[in-house]
Amino acid sequence: MQVSMTVNGKAVTADVEPRTLLVHFIRESLSLTGTHVGCETSYCGACTVVVNGRSTKSCTMLAVQADGAEITTIEGLASNGDLHPIQEGFWERHGLQCGYCTPGMIMSAVGLLDENPSPSEDEIRHGLEGNLCRCTGYHNIVKAVEYAAAKMRGEEPAPAEWEVTS
Amino acid sequence: MTTTSALGGAVKRREDPALIRGKGRYTDDIKAVGMLHTAFVRSPIANGVITRLDTSEAAGMDGVHAVYTIDDVRHLGPLLAQVPIGKLRPLLADGVVKHVGEAVAMIVAESPSQARDAADAVVVDYDANPAVIDLKQAASDEIKVHDDLDSNILHTWSYHGYWDALGLESKQPEIEAAKQRDDVVIVSQEMVNQRLVPVAIEPRSVVAEWQDGYQRFTVTSSTQVPHALAGAISKMFGLAANAVHVVAPEVGGGFGAKLNVYADEILVCFASKALERSVKWTEGRREASGSTIQGRGWIATATIVGTRDGEILGYELEGLADMGAYTQNFTVAIPLLGLWVASGQYRFPTHFNIDCVVTNTMTTDAYRGAGRPEAIYYIERIIDMYAREIGLDPLEVRKKNYWQPDEFPATMGCGFALDSGDYGRSADTLMEEAGYAELRATQEKARAEGRLVGIGVSSYVEVCGFGPAVLAEIGFSWTNYGLPASFNGSGLVRVNPDGTATVIIGTGPSGQGHQTTWAQIVSDGLGLPIEQISVRHGDTAESPMGIGTFGSRSLAVDGTATHEATQKVREKAASLAAHLLEASEADIVFADGGAHVAGSPDQRVEWSALAKAAYQAHTAPEGWESGLEAQVTWSPGNATWPFGTHLAMVEVDRDTGDVSILKYVAADDCGNVVNPMIVDGQVHGGIAQGIGQAMFEDAIYDEDGNMLTTSLMDYPIPTAGDLPSFDLTRTTTPSPVNPMGVKGIGEAGTIASAQTLVNAVVDALSPLGVSHLEMPLRPKRVWQAMHDAAQS
Ligand code: FES
Ligand code: FES
Repeated sequence: MQVSMTVNGKAVTADVEPRTLLVHFIRESLSLTGTHVGCETSYCGACTVVVNGRSTKSCTMLAVQADGAEITTIEGLASNGDLHPIQEGFWERHGLQCGYCTPGMIMSAVGLLDENPSPSEDEIRHGLEGNLCRCTGYHNIVKAVEYAAAKMRGEEPAPAEWEVTS
Repeated sequence: MTTTSALGGAVKRREDPALIRGKGRYTDDIKAVGMLHTAFVRSPIANGVITRLDTSEAAGMDGVHAVYTIDDVRHLGPLLAQVPIGKLRPLLADGVVKHVGEAVAMIVAESPSQARDAADAVVVDYDANPAVIDLKQAASDEIKVHDDLDSNILHTWSYHGYWDALGLESKQPEIEAAKQRDDVVIVSQEMVNQRLVPVAIEPRSVVAEWQDGYQRFTVTSSTQVPHALAGAISKMFGLAANAVHVVAPEVGGGFGAKLNVYADEILVCFASKALERSVKWTEGRREASGSTIQGRGWIATATIVGTRDGEILGYELEGLADMGAYTQNFTVAIPLLGLWVASGQYRFPTHFNIDCVVTNTMTTDAYRGAGRPEAIYYIERIIDMYAREIGLDPLEVRKKNYWQPDEFPATMGCGFALDSGDYGRSADTLMEEAGYAELRATQEKARAEGRLVGIGVSSYVEVCGFGPAVLAEIGFSWTNYGLPASFNGSGLVRVNPDGTATVIIGTGPSGQGHQTTWAQIVSDGLGLPIEQISVRHGDTAESPMGIGTFGSRSLAVDGTATHEATQKVREKAASLAAHLLEASEADIVFADGGAHVAGSPDQRVEWSALAKAAYQAHTAPEGWESGLEAQVTWSPGNATWPFGTHLAMVEVDRDTGDVSILKYVAADDCGNVVNPMIVDGQVHGGIAQGIGQAMFEDAIYDEDGNMLTTSLMDYPIPTAGDLPSFDLTRTTTPSPVNPMGVKGIGEAGTIASAQTLVNAVVDALSPLGVSHLEMPLRPKRVWQAMHDAAQS
């Protein structure tokens, strides 16, 4: 079957098997391997992308269901080489270790901050419950999202818990 | 902005720019030309005989290139293990199956879905035999797991006999004598330290490419031990070490699950060689229950003998550890790591006796902490029960029994010496950070209001920095994979002709930030900006021999090697700088991207000029050997012994049994710290995994050996909403074992946190008469305990 969609601002058209999941379409057909697979059963969130403005687990959708959709993956988040404030937050606040959950986590945070630009710690924690991270214990992921939220509101983020050298 | 880091700076990670843009390269991202895909046929039963294995239909299906069974690969032998006690895993089931999920056949096809479809078409009939899942039943030998083993008990670890040269006794006479005194209390409890699944978020994946023209393998794998994998492949295929090239690219978490060499890695190599095509296998999440090792799985009884005023006279731990069906890498050796820390931070005599028992389940091996969380769990739970029994504060009892600062290096009953420590200061630091007295007051108030609020603490020591060469003597080494007997570390530091530096290390990190930490070490040594230092790892063709990243060892061992290599480069560069600046070598200072003469900053040469000169013999001093690099292999004299004390404050909901963590405070000591941001991150993640064990995780098998928790829904690891933010503090007691004075931090949080939580929840419920609860503390279990206590 033929599907057409806009991915990271580019129009793409491809032939896919009807059973192809959106995540496999993104990874295999488009070679955008920043979107990861951690479970294929909608628990881990590693595959999260933004579909028509909403954070979506791309393993829960068939590629054909995304026909006509507007999709942003992690690769499309930075604009003109400038990191998105959430990406910056993850770097500044050590929000990642192995980095495997990170693209999905960041794309979920995009949706979270879109809906709630000033989330409390609790709201961030519950907002990211669909994304599993085994490395960080989430402590610094929360700090990263708080950093980004402040930046996106045009405020100065709270200082890091350590003295930043660079 | 340039950074020349003093050690100890929170330098932002060099790894991150690629990863936050989605441009990190993990194994499953690789698409090789003509790459084929694999799927496995796996056993649905836990114990049985294969009566029919028919692959003919599958072999004829669309896109299928091959279907392999044990007949195709038997000549390679079983999967190698480092401590080969027990039954080694056949690469594919050889006539019998011994656990659910055991691989019976392998399909190689054009696409993953074709491979899976063909796997479904393989016909296997089994005669099922009774399986033994329960650890105590297995230990009774009532049903044997393997007909050709004498007993289901493979080995017993006790102080006696594991290190013959020490001549240690199994039973400690002092403990026996103490038990006879009439002024003592004896507190004893059987406890389960349940089986866990590591759950790295990246599933394991491997791509093998046999290059027939060159008669060599290039293998990319999601592994913590690239050199070990290369060694195992060369041994199993009878190839020279230089005919196997292994690359570990970005690895999406390991936690011990990726420190095994796996049968699937060998099989994918086999297929690639047989078919002369690149072959990939990527594990499915549910499939992992039969393909990736699990951890923990102990039942043991802890006993304390002590006086009524808190002096502990002896401690005993006796029980069983679940090995699963087949012995893999370090399976049987894992309880030995528990033996080394069994006495925790305490100076009292200890007796340790753990039997390693086979069952019809997936193999167990190293999972974050590996034997140490189990051992520390038991001692720290039973000390709490003892403190309650004698009515003393649990922290005070601990402090009474710690090794004292002037006793280090402190030789424990197991024969190893704790390198350095100040346990009392660590506990005091925790109490101050947490505001311990106020927390107890708050608890009193809450209790008066009828709320169930508890405070739990746990001290711990970890043994890491593997390892001292003596480990080889006691049978703990990597020689079966053709690696050196000693757990050496290695580092190569090269200043390039343009004045940048390349550092190549033998580790295999999976998120620990080695590229940043190692750049700091070299930056500090050479006065070179961090941005000009590139750290590479995980590629056996370019890196010096290394063992890998596990057991919180990398910094203390490979980091030390790199530190020493840096010093060598620095010395050589100083002699050149002295020549160029016409100064004395002793006066050369490296800082801010160059070398200058002490006291005259203008008498200076930039690294770029220095490096250029280093590669040009004609301008160099007489006898100068061109180039500027050094490689060091480091073998430590002792392990390192990090330590700390953690505290949790919890509230239990009376109606639901739901546990909320109100506060979590950790005081850790990992010696000197290179990057506090990275160290904190390791502690955070470690604590979360221990809390996962305490509250959520449980790898459950039914009596037929079916694992009931193969999905992330049935095996819930902590989410952001389950956890609080953590309050971390640190003391710094440098290790004398290595020149940087570092110890290791990767597992500390996990070793400390599970019993901290359990102690807190039991403390909360103690007014109801609850003295023990088994993990995980899910609401139903907690509610039931409250309910039962109310009944009695
Ligand atoms: S891969 Fe989609 S949720 Fe795990
Ligand atoms: S950083 Fe490794 S899973 Fe989140």
